[in-house]
Amino acid sequence: MSKIGKIAVRDRDPVSSLQDFLKLLLEKGTVEAVLVQQRLPINNSVMPALVTDVEKLGWADPLAPAFPLNAARMLSRLTRKPLDAPIAAVMRPCEIRAFIELVKLKQGSAENVILISADCLGAYGNTDYAKVSGLGAGTQSTLAFHRNVISGKGTATEDADISAACKSCEHPVADNADVTIGLLGTNLEESLILIANTQKGRKLLDDLGVKEEDESLDLRRKAVEGLLSERVAYRDRMFERTSAAVSDMEKLMNYLGACVNCYNCRVACPVCYCRECVFTTDVFDHEPAQYLRWAKRKGALKMPTDTVFYHLTRLAHMSAACIGCGQCSNACPNEVPVMELFRTVAHGVQGVFGYSAGASLEEEPPLSVFHEKEFSEVTGGID
Amino acid sequence: MADYEPTIIAFVCNWCTYTAADLAGTSRLVQPANVRMVRMMCTGMVDPKYIIKALLEGADAVLVSGCHPGDCHYINGNLKARRRMKLLKEILPKFGFDERRLKMTWIGASEGIDFAETIRKMTAEVKVLGQNDLRTRMVL
Ligand code: SF4
Ligand code: SF4
Ligand code: FES
Repeated sequence: MSKIGKIAVRDRDPVSSLQDFLKLLLEKGTVEAVLVQQRLPINNSVMPALVTDVEKLGWADPLAPAFPLNAARMLSRLTRKPLDAPIAAVMRPCEIRAFIELVKLKQGSAENVILISADCLGAYGNTDYAKVSGLGAGTQSTLAFHRNVISGKGTATEDADISAACKSCEHPVADNADVTIGLLGTNLEESLILIANTQKGRKLLDDLGVKEEDESLDLRRKAVEGLLSERVAYRDRMFERTSAAVSDMEKLMNYLGACVNCYNCRVACPVCYCRECVFTTDVFDHEPAQYLRWAKRKGALKMPTDTVFYHLTRLAHMSAACIGCGQCSNACPNEVPVMELFRTVAHGVQGVFGYSAGASLEEEPPLSVFHEKEFSEVTGGID
Repeated sequence: MADYEPTIIAFVCNWCTYTAADLAGTSRLVQPANVRMVRMMCTGMVDPKYIIKALLEGADAVLVSGCHPGDCHYINGNLKARRRMKLLKEILPKFGFDERRLKMTWIGASEGIDFAETIRKMTAEVKVLGQNDLRTRMVL
């Protein structure tokens, strides 16, 4: 099924070469539109955009180390009803994984979508990215970033570094996309690798006339392994630190102390799937007298109330689906380390149910399947 | 401390455990008065947030009790409840809650004796665990 091809890089510029590749998709009529990260002319920031005009793809910057939001949410908006014609979505691995979760939650369909994903070397949080992208016009900062990372200089600039979510991410390669664009283990200024992982992906490469190469992927494999071991080591240290930081209620309250219940983390979370969150309904418009009763029982009532309750409930509702994108932390105005907490708990939860969020459409979400004989320890060994 | 009277919040299914509790009462079985019962149409309706809220408000333990597997009136609500309990038993201990504060049982409508026994045992167990001090503490 898999097919390996190449994108030749011209003028040592992988971004414009990728733009050409995407233009081909529209020119050949393979897809009707491309959802891709697009550079905004206004302040040199990037946002996902749905592009139908070939020329406009000259603004596409799929490799920009930015993740203003998780684009899976946008793709879910585009696919909640059947699409008449196929579209291509160029997304980060964490966005692909979030989209897979949303499809399983019936909030999108992969039917007429071709998922394309480039290896992800990480991204800066929104405030940090503003500092980084200002370093040069257009895609210069993107090119500089990739040059630095591939040559081993790393991701840190003087006043910014990629997000903790990216540093701890063990899925920099999306082999669950239809087509993977390989950066790792290549010389980015010469060529990029194209890998079709599915029938759909293979057909796409065939339609575009991409030649099959019999290249060895050894260098790539090595580069991926190297990156993974770094990421996993960082991740495990993060899990350990976070577990210790929340190991009792006192500590958890301390951890969440700066939270103001704005619920931005939930809005930004791609897999917080409820159309209406209970925490923003009138269930939580408590009677004024109720606040007083609580205050009397406890001596003092912190307001807004229910901060810990909110986070614990969100953990119970969606940690099985957390794909670790870090948008929660990216969205928090008060620097609460939300991602660290959610990833740490999610790791345990997904372990218990033998589930890996976002890995594949086939694995069923843990809280949607149940068997008569399982987890008998919950009911004292009786099932 | 060992002498405190624990508060147990019990989410019980209308079709089985609730009836069993009623039977235990009408049969005049002696049982401790530590349980506050919340009658649900099925344990499948017990959202994790109810359990979390109960603990954050200072319940010393939470019991979820429904129909035996195969007997749920909504086919598999009880099995869903079991997965959710499993989930909470994974999550809440990370924040220092003793997982023995979370209990789930199957108690059918005719099992009044079983209900009384479950409550007796659970009350004794929870007494040993000590009081959940969140009841009188400020929780963020
Ligand atoms: S909880 Fe945070 S890290 Fe997990 S999927 Fe949601 S936004 Fe991403
Ligand atoms: S975004 Fe930050 S402040 Fe807002 S609810 Fe989430 S953790 Fe609290
Ligand atoms: S009806 Fe009793 S548990 Fe579902």
